[in-house]
Amino acid sequence: MNLTFKSETFRDDYTFRNSPETIRRFPFPFNEDKYMYSVNMEPHVPAGPEGGAFRNLVDIDEHFVAEMQDRAKVLKEDPLRYQALPHMMTAQWDTLELLMEHQAASYPEHFSLTKDGDRWHWINRPMGIDQHFTFGDAATLPMEPLEFITRQAQGDFVIVDQRDNNLWCDAGMVTTQADWSLDFDIGMNFHEWHGPVPLAHEIGVFDRALKFLLNLQLGKPVRRLNWTMTINPRLDTSPENYHKWGPDRATVTPENVGNKVHLRCELQSLWRLPRSNAILFVIRCYLIKMEELVSVPKWARRFHRVLRDLPPQLVDYKGLTRYRPATIDWLSKFDDGAPTSPGIFPD
Amino acid sequence: MTINTEMQVRVARITQVADKVKRFRFERSDGEAMPIFSGGAHIIVSMRDGSVLRRNPYSLMSSPEDTGGYEISVLRVENSRGGSAFLHEKLKEGDALTLSQPVNLFAFDQRGRKHVMMAGGIGITPFIAMMDQMEREGRAFELHYAVRTRSHGAYWKELQQRYGAHRVKVYCDEEKLFIPAATVLENQPLGTHLYVCGPGGMINGVLGTARSMGWPKQNLHSEEFLAPPPGKKFQAILTRSGTTIDVAAHQSILEAVEAAGIDAPYLCRGGACGQCETAVVSCDGELEHNDHFLEPEDKASGRKIMICVSRIEGNSVTLDL
Repeated sequence: MNLTFKSETFRDDYTFRNSPETIRRFPFPFNEDKYMYSVNMEPHVPAGPEGGAFRNLVDIDEHFVAEMQDRAKVLKEDPLRYQALPHMMTAQWDTLELLMEHQAASYPEHFSLTKDGDRWHWINRPMGIDQHFTFGDAATLPMEPLEFITRQAQGDFVIVDQRDNNLWCDAGMVTTQADWSLDFDIGMNFHEWHGPVPLAHEIGVFDRALKFLLNLQLGKPVRRLNWTMTINPRLDTSPENYHKWGPDRATVTPENVGNKVHLRCELQSLWRLPRSNAILFVIRCYLIKMEELVSVPKWARRFHRVLRDLPPQLVDYKGLTRYRPATIDWLSKFDDGAPTSPGIFPD
Repeated sequence: MTINTEMQVRVARITQVADKVKRFRFERSDGEAMPIFSGGAHIIVSMRDGSVLRRNPYSLMSSPEDTGGYEISVLRVENSRGGSAFLHEKLKEGDALTLSQPVNLFAFDQRGRKHVMMAGGIGITPFIAMMDQMEREGRAFELHYAVRTRSHGAYWKELQQRYGAHRVKVYCDEEKLFIPAATVLENQPLGTHLYVCGPGGMINGVLGTARSMGWPKQNLHSEEFLAPPPGKKFQAILTRSGTTIDVAAHQSILEAVEAAGIDAPYLCRGGACGQCETAVVSCDGELEHNDHFLEPEDKASGRKIMICVSRIEGNSVTLDL
């Protein structure tokens, strides 16, 4: 796919837009007209239409450069968005290798990686980065390997260590998050960091998910989709900056729903790492405005129904309470009651 | 839904390394690189032995960074169920086999300030890969290695040469030398992790000593692959497959299921990982739990069984499979 990287903002004047091609590749998270939690893991293998978000296992789109600029701003204001506990250095190198190899193989016009034993050469053309370094020697990079590569890769990244039959949130780069904090969660285990999620504990989702992940295999990454909604196309909806974005939720009116209200989809993928036996958790965030979403009639009908019939606990947990009625009203104009086709892709 | 990531390999080299121990090097038939792995990982080797498909777990002992091939070492056991006899007596250089991706159920703790390993006999193999990785990453470690006789013990000379006799200590039964577990354990710095691999009796003895000396449970690690113990034959009724199969005296339920052409999930085939946990609908007989995975209350409930190593004594068991 030919990528032209956009110049746009995810704050202040919010110039973020999706091109028509990017709208159609949006990873729409609902495969039926209703939503409830499930483990919903599937193999992370190429799927869906050509050019779609599921074709490359590490996905780069037209927002790459702008997102990396936004990440740099977030880190400048709050360096604790990147953290790695000391025992995670091997996993940091595993992650750097995985992301560089995938980005170079999938987007050779934009990235290249050449190796001569442990001496590696990385080029990131869109960002103008040309780096020689020694794999395994952190002193040969301008910063720690995980920070270096995740300033050049879309999505949030958490590395979880596996020990004592549990998973531990021990390193990460988190700047495009749906109201959670790496600084708060660092060092927590799987059950601790999922503590606030309603309903799922009762139906045993986390016990099953943990057991599944403890046996996640090398070479068999898995993915799932998660979602929430965001007012204005802000990537950094963090608890630390709640005062900046929380009040936006009261600004939705029937007139501005189409432009202000965004569906926020997370394409989450999980990868067993080779040397460290840790798991890399990638949370790749995609935003789409309601007026962009309704350009796909199937998605307009289905999202209207999902939002209308959402269990009250989820409405509250996802923070949709204030603007959900206005959004349902607005979406109802695009739902004629016709049946929707199976699957998540546009007709 | 299942992605097939198995690797087709050829036997590149067979080396007799000690009495009854052979080393096998496998290289990919398609010339591609093997995945890098973490020390302590194992693979499942699938062997076509006449009409029988054998699948056994073996710890990887080659350098985790050697992407040219994987190496395992296999002890020829008396009363072999077939795997070690096949590997020792039938397999030739150039023969084709299938390997799974590496799986690590015996990873070292990355936080460890120091790593103390205790190996008994062929239990040395995961530690050879672990030490290679630890040495590269600059971690503090020591190995205590018990062998029956100097000629039965594999690799002890090479390991002493590579890492020094101060880090590799060898104890020989024949010379009445045994790993002095209590002495070794009482002299370790805070944050030390202990890893034990060998016969069940040795693992239980060492871990019992460590616990009685107050070592935290989180700092104790062990691995023992169980061969499925034989028993009497019985029938397994598989509700989802809608079929009934015979499980022979020397066969595991998992092996009988696979022989019937039914896919069942597994990872370790040694009662450790939990992947093959199967719900028991009913049992006309007594469940014989042989795994390390299920909690005692799960075993007592009679509702779950690990089909890779456990079986029943009786007529039939009905499984949700």
